[in-house]
Amino acid sequence: MALQQTKPAPPDADKRWKLVNAAMRRNGYAGHALIEALHAVQDAFGYLDETSLRFVAESLDLPPSKVYGVATFYHLFTLKPKGRHACVVCTGTACYIKGAGGLIEGVEQGFGVVPGETTPDDRLSVLTARCVGACGLAPAVVLDGAVLGKQTPDALVAELNRLE
Amino acid sequence: MHLDDMFERAEEYRAESAGVEHEVRVCMAASCQSSGAQPVFAALSEGGQGDACRVKAVGCMGLCSAGPLVAVAEVAAPNEAPVLYRDVRAADAPDILASVGRQPVERLRCPTDQPFFTRQQRIVLANAGIIDPDSFKGYVAAGGYFALIQALTEMTPAEVVQEVTKSGLRGRGGGGYPTGLKWSTVAKMPPGQKYVICNADEGDPGAFMDRAVLESDPHRILEGMAIAAYAVGANKGYVYVRAEYPLAVERIATAIRKAKRAGFMGNRIAETQFSFDVEIRLGAGAFVCGEETALMASIEGLRGQPRPRPPYPAQAGLWGYPTLINNVETYANIAPIIREGGDWFADIGTERSKGTKVFALAGTIRNTGLIEVPMGTTLRDIIEVIGGGIPGGKAFKAVQTGGPSGGCLPAAMLDIPVDYDSLRELGTIMGSGGMIIMDETSSMVDVARYFMEFCMSESCGKCVPCRAGTLQMHGLLDKIAKARGSAQDLALLEELCDMVQATSLCGLGQTAPNPVLSTLRYFREEYEERLAAAQV
Repeated sequence: MALQQTKPAPPDADKRWKLVNAAMRRNGYAGHALIEALHAVQDAFGYLDETSLRFVAESLDLPPSKVYGVATFYHLFTLKPKGRHACVVCTGTACYIKGAGGLIEGVEQGFGVVPGETTPDDRLSVLTARCVGACGLAPAVVLDGAVLGKQTPDALVAELNRLE
Repeated sequence: MHLDDMFERAEEYRAESAGVEHEVRVCMAASCQSSGAQPVFAALSEGGQGDACRVKAVGCMGLCSAGPLVAVAEVAAPNEAPVLYRDVRAADAPDILASVGRQPVERLRCPTDQPFFTRQQRIVLANAGIIDPDSFKGYVAAGGYFALIQALTEMTPAEVVQEVTKSGLRGRGGGGYPTGLKWSTVAKMPPGQKYVICNADEGDPGAFMDRAVLESDPHRILEGMAIAAYAVGANKGYVYVRAEYPLAVERIATAIRKAKRAGFMGNRIAETQFSFDVEIRLGAGAFVCGEETALMASIEGLRGQPRPRPPYPAQAGLWGYPTLINNVETYANIAPIIREGGDWFADIGTERSKGTKVFALAGTIRNTGLIEVPMGTTLRDIIEVIGGGIPGGKAFKAVQTGGPSGGCLPAAMLDIPVDYDSLRELGTIMGSGGMIIMDETSSMVDVARYFMEFCMSESCGKCVPCRAGTLQMHGLLDKIAKARGSAQDLALLEELCDMVQATSLCGLGQTAPNPVLSTLRYFREEYEERLAAAQV
């Protein structure tokens, strides 16, 4: 039996750490549930920063290098904060055939950002995804979690302009 | 618990909905939800459901491009095709509710006598679009968990393996490895800790079969996994599912919870000696994690990098213990095989590829969606008859199967039967079942570059041929596509294809050149046109 270790205190008083702790506790603070823990951090805070990575490493008793390695390996994890809105352009095969490239160009012309970037006013982040599985609605965009199907560049830019 | 008890239980559940004459089924799978199924469901539910008519949320009905789909079915006539409505809006709810039991609403109607529906044979998708995926009782009422009880109470583990072997089922994830053989390898390992894993990391862009099964009939996957665990002597399972599929994750989590509560998962399942528990593990957006050794590394909380095989997972898998890994669709076939017998399954399909296969039709095709056809159906039947052909009067150019690991086939190959071996001979693979149809406006060089870009960014970076090779091949393809390439570039590209194919560590690298090789084989003139354009 491993000795019961006291778990580190959250880095600050932010209530969202409770969600992270709950996720780690659910998996018995097991090191192999690292990806689950990182998902919990990203769900709560929107991205992973050094503070949270160190906190997860200490809680799960893993070397920070390993946590950093895992966090940077998987595409879904992001180490940069996102803008207030996230526009994910699907670049799956069906969307590609039906013109996802045009959507990305349209957004670039309209807002001056390429996938992976955020507008300077923090309003919009543009990302790409490898198939969101909405191939019947190609080309598809996921805007703040909602799938918008059968998009055209003009309609998408107009939609994004309506965001606050 | 015995089979008779199961019959009784199913009867009991069916009796709970006695008096329901009509069901209004609303597809609540991801695709229809994206086109606005939720308000439709809300409006139909609010519209008041009498005792004789029940509004029900169901899984995928297949014709995703016409969503949101709503079906009105007569409960007393389960074999009759329900009245199907397409592109339904919330405002249509009163009309639909008023029509139940009377004349259908013609303006919304989607004919179900078209080949898209009549030519399918549904085994994996038998319950999809009919039962409520979140309802345990609904699954049991439709004959669910019978196969598990039958296996646990009337068959030895060896007999279960034998039945699966007899069925001739082959891995539906793309490899096509005989499932029975895989099971018997794990079963033969000395008793002790063993694991069963369901690979639901459907990474192929343009494929959504597994997602539809998970969203439409999650209990069936659990049942298949439990039967597999009994057969190989495991008591712990993992479902590794993409985080990009939140609805599928939610539905499988609900299914696990309900199965546990009903005693079909957990300790001493159905009062037998057999215990089995399942946990969900989320992916985090890495295509390479569909490879079995990378997937296991990811479950262990590591970077998803593959390792050399042997030892195969069957010998030393998760944490070094014998592990059985199968794909979602493979597990979905298990319960019907146990229930109906391996011989029944072996009668369907072709000599060396048994059963049915689910395909996701996408790209420039009229009927985008999910279909299930017997193995050996020709590509022409799938694309032109079931898929409805190319819209907008354009000509068919190519069909891409197997995602980034597969290849493109031209019109001349449309008459080949779809099975593992024929496709492999032609330079592509069955893959997990994604089929992207392209018309004359698609450039094959661009398509090859697209897939190479995919493989390049998804390469895990562990082995040099894949890490460096995909980058170089992408550079060459980009050069050729932009009409700046020379004949030497093309020769170098072909040489690199051979090298990467032969020397990469895992399937990702070994198959990465396939899209290039197959387009070179069938559409070489397009490459040459770009080369000629460069010389001007």
